Amino acid sequence: MAKNPEHRDLFPGALEIMILQSLRLKPMHGYALVKHIKEVSDNLLQVEEGSLYPALQRMLREGWLESEIGVSAKGRPTRIYRLKEAGLRHLEEEVVSFDRMFTGITRVLAVARA
Amino acid sequence: MLDVNGLFNRLLRRSRRYDDLSVSIQEHIAERADELVDEGMPRAQAEQTARREFGNVALIQQHSREQWQWPVLESILADLKLTFRRLRKSPGFAATVLLTMALGIGANTTVFTVIDSVLLKPLPYPDSARLVALTLKAPGAGGLADITNGLQLSPSMYLTFSEKNRTFQSLGIFTSGTANVTGLAQPEEVQTAGISGGMLETFGVPAIAGRWFSNADQDPHGARTVMLSYGYWQRRFGGDKSAIGRNIQVDAETREIVGVMPRGFKIVDRDFDLLEPLAFDPKNQKLAPFGYEGVGRLKPGVPLAQADADIARLIPVWMDSWSNGPGTNSHFYEVWKITPGFRPLKQRVIGDVGGVLWVVMATVGLVMLIACTNVANLLLVRAESRQQELAVRAALGAGRARIARELLTESVMLGLMGGVIAVAVAFAGLRLLTAIGPADLPRLSEVSLDLPALGFTLLLSVLSGLLFGSIPVLRYARAKASTTIGSANRTASAGRAKQRSRNVLLVAQVAMALVLLVSASLMIRTFVALRNVEPGFADAPHVETMQIWIPDLLVPDAQVTTRTQNSIAEKLAAIPGVTSVGFASAVPMDGNDPNWDIVSVEGKNYAGGEPPLRLFNYVSPGYFKTQGTRLVAGRDFTWDDIYGLRPRVMVSENFARESWGSASAAVGKRIRQFTNMPWQEVIGVVEDVRLHGVDQDAPPVIYWPAMLMSPYTSQPSIQTERAVTFVIHSSRAGNEGILSEMQQAVWSVNPSLPLASVRTMQDIYSLSLARTSFTLVMLGIAGSMALALGIIGIYGVISYTVSQRTREIGIRMALGAQKRELKWMFVRSALLLTAVGIAIGVGTAAALMQFMKSLLFGIGPLDPFTFIAVPLVLAACAACASYLPARRAAAVNPVEALRTE
Repeated sequence: MAKNPEHRDLFPGALEIMILQSLRLKPMHGYALVKHIKEVSDNLLQVEEGSLYPALQRMLREGWLESEIGVSAKGRPTRIYRLKEAGLRHLEEEVVSFDRMFTGITRVLAVARA
Repeated sequence: MLDVNGLFNRLLRRSRRYDDLSVSIQEHIAERADELVDEGMPRAQAEQTARREFGNVALIQQHSREQWQWPVLESILADLKLTFRRLRKSPGFAATVLLTMALGIGANTTVFTVIDSVLLKPLPYPDSARLVALTLKAPGAGGLADITNGLQLSPSMYLTFSEKNRTFQSLGIFTSGTANVTGLAQPEEVQTAGISGGMLETFGVPAIAGRWFSNADQDPHGARTVMLSYGYWQRRFGGDKSAIGRNIQVDAETREIVGVMPRGFKIVDRDFDLLEPLAFDPKNQKLAPFGYEGVGRLKPGVPLAQADADIARLIPVWMDSWSNGPGTNSHFYEVWKITPGFRPLKQRVIGDVGGVLWVVMATVGLVMLIACTNVANLLLVRAESRQQELAVRAALGAGRARIARELLTESVMLGLMGGVIAVAVAFAGLRLLTAIGPADLPRLSEVSLDLPALGFTLLLSVLSGLLFGSIPVLRYARAKASTTIGSANRTASAGRAKQRSRNVLLVAQVAMALVLLVSASLMIRTFVALRNVEPGFADAPHVETMQIWIPDLLVPDAQVTTRTQNSIAEKLAAIPGVTSVGFASAVPMDGNDPNWDIVSVEGKNYAGGEPPLRLFNYVSPGYFKTQGTRLVAGRDFTWDDIYGLRPRVMVSENFARESWGSASAAVGKRIRQFTNMPWQEVIGVVEDVRLHGVDQDAPPVIYWPAMLMSPYTSQPSIQTERAVTFVIHSSRAGNEGILSEMQQAVWSVNPSLPLASVRTMQDIYSLSLARTSFTLVMLGIAGSMALALGIIGIYGVISYTVSQRTREIGIRMALGAQKRELKWMFVRSALLLTAVGIAIGVGTAAALMQFMKSLLFGIGPLDPFTFIAVPLVLAACAACASYLPARRAAAVNPVEALRTE
């Protein structure tokens, strides 16, 4: 799978947050998730399919998501991923720790620039 | 959280998860394709693009599925399943590999077990690292201080050392012997160990019943006591605790049983039935005799060197404290230059057997390597036939590591399965080894297949699996998809690189086989050389020997003792089929030196004033005739010489030559021990006898009559040998009938005398060759295995080459090549590889054989015969092994060869 060099890989944990946050809006299937993240980030973030599906399975295993039989926009059978209570809790914890991390990084960068 | 129920559900749900996953992914790709079509791309191109953008579906699915698995474990399990399935499909290959591995690993486990039990494990005493063998060095004492065990201790040394040392927690001395036990059942001769005070404290093993000897038991005027071994306690008392406190008759003396030692307890390396206190009387001790082995337990943290220094300080103290009687110089022993040469007790027990064992270990290790190269070769061939499959898998996205893991899983699996069978092989091997192992192999009873040995098997199985598996891995895991898939089928012959790894293996195999064959050949030559040595006795299979000891409590008088022995000899001679009978204090190679002392030759002046120490033996008339020891000059003793206490002596030929120039010149000359002894006339000279073993030079020996005026007492008294070995020459030697007749003959003279150590001279002779024959058998087995594996290896490589080059051969023949030339082409390539292997092997062998030096006799480690013959044999075998497939190559029909594929 050829990777687009302009898009950096997301760091560990980041992909999960994107997915959880996206699913918080509404349950989605895989392709919709990729498109959603790409659109919302104005093409800045691109989710690799090679990472997406293993991540989805991991999150199902952790009990953050559940999957159900559904149909895609085009009417084809697929699986829809829905956020569970535990996933929401995990997302909120992660967002807090991300906020703290970003604040930290921003401060360090600010000092370096000054 | 891992609960069983959850686990079960998880497994059940898993297949549904997998289905969900593939539905999701398919929809994903389809939706993307639709989108591209909407953007105006043709349908076919859109589907292709969508698929390419998505990436490797199979791989992504696998990675996703792994979220539900223990990924490493499960994919290894999958590999295992695949391996088993594949092995079932090629039973011939599986059987060959498993058998090879089982034999190889089994042999290694066997030898390792012996090495571990004998050399590596600590001795079975608590904190045994602190135990020290108290041997002394005495370069001036001649044969009294032999090379391996040095000078033994005297009771006076023990008394001085144990009282005045500062480095030992405790120390003691012991000696072993035999005793007659009467009053329990039939008179029985039992093994005894006499131990001094401090000995049990030093070993530190508590009694299993009753108690240890106390200080009171070591009092020469105190109560007479005895302790039992576990085995004797079970045998005679059925393990009954009430045995403690009972009395038994030991050598006609009543002794009270005070304790029993636990099972497996030995005095250093000696088994015993009874333990007796030595009960030395300090008032009656002299400087001599030096006949006791000493063992000490160091104080914690004291190094051996400090103990050496401590006792070195006490040796002059010892000479000051004791004497050998009035008028003797108590500092006489200064000329012996006695110094402590203490070593760890374990070293004393193991002795020099380590050399043999490590050589055997190295040998079976080499066989293992050869076996591994053979298996590697087989695996290479297999991997080659799977090359297409591997290339396809690589093209589908299997990484190099993934393929390597699969190949290695297969080989490690083979190794482990081989290892399981190997445990059975080792079990049988150990039985065989303990049966044929040298009788003097120490700690043989401690050898068992235990946890460390099984651990070793496991390790060896995995390692050998990795070893022979890594060669195909290096070759094929990085196979380039394009080259293999595209071109393999149409090349005429295998590429150079492919052939090279097999060739390297072949060369290695030949080299290792050569090393093993050289070592086996050296042992055969050693054995032949030993067999050709004239031992100084003849017709050993027809000479029966037995020991009889007449204790002085049974027959106090010396002359009566000799007459009893004479009567026994006469009764034995009267047995039908017996041609002659004699007895002596020691027979050749029985490990017994009756005495060493100084002897001066009349008219000779000795440098330093003291004549050297000589080995003594005490013999009866007829002894030499019975043993087949030739009389070189003069005559044998007669019973008249003996009963008349005439000053007569016989000597060995080398002593005669050394002292008077020739054997015949010796007759009539005179020698004596001390100045207070009358001169003794030499009446006969006998040929040299290799008393200490076939591989040891015959020592000069003075043969005294079985009864003589004692040189060791100040008042005239008669000295007689109470413990003697009878020798009986008979065509019926060794069969059961004559043994009971011998028993009857002895009992007809005195019913309280038991027979001991009944065996033929041939048994004793074979025993002295035991270590050599053991090494020979082991190296012989290893050498033949190496040769067989080597031949199979050469045959396999050449055959495979022929089968790979069938098309090329066809072309050559079509172009007019002669069959002879074709055959020669293959044989030549095999011989070339063999020659390289032999060259490397000869160099390696020349270097390695130095380690075998101590095991050889009569030849050097670079024995020219061996180093010429073995390469020739190997080359001949290689020629044969390659000729067969070469002939097949020449029989190829060119039309058929070109038509194939």
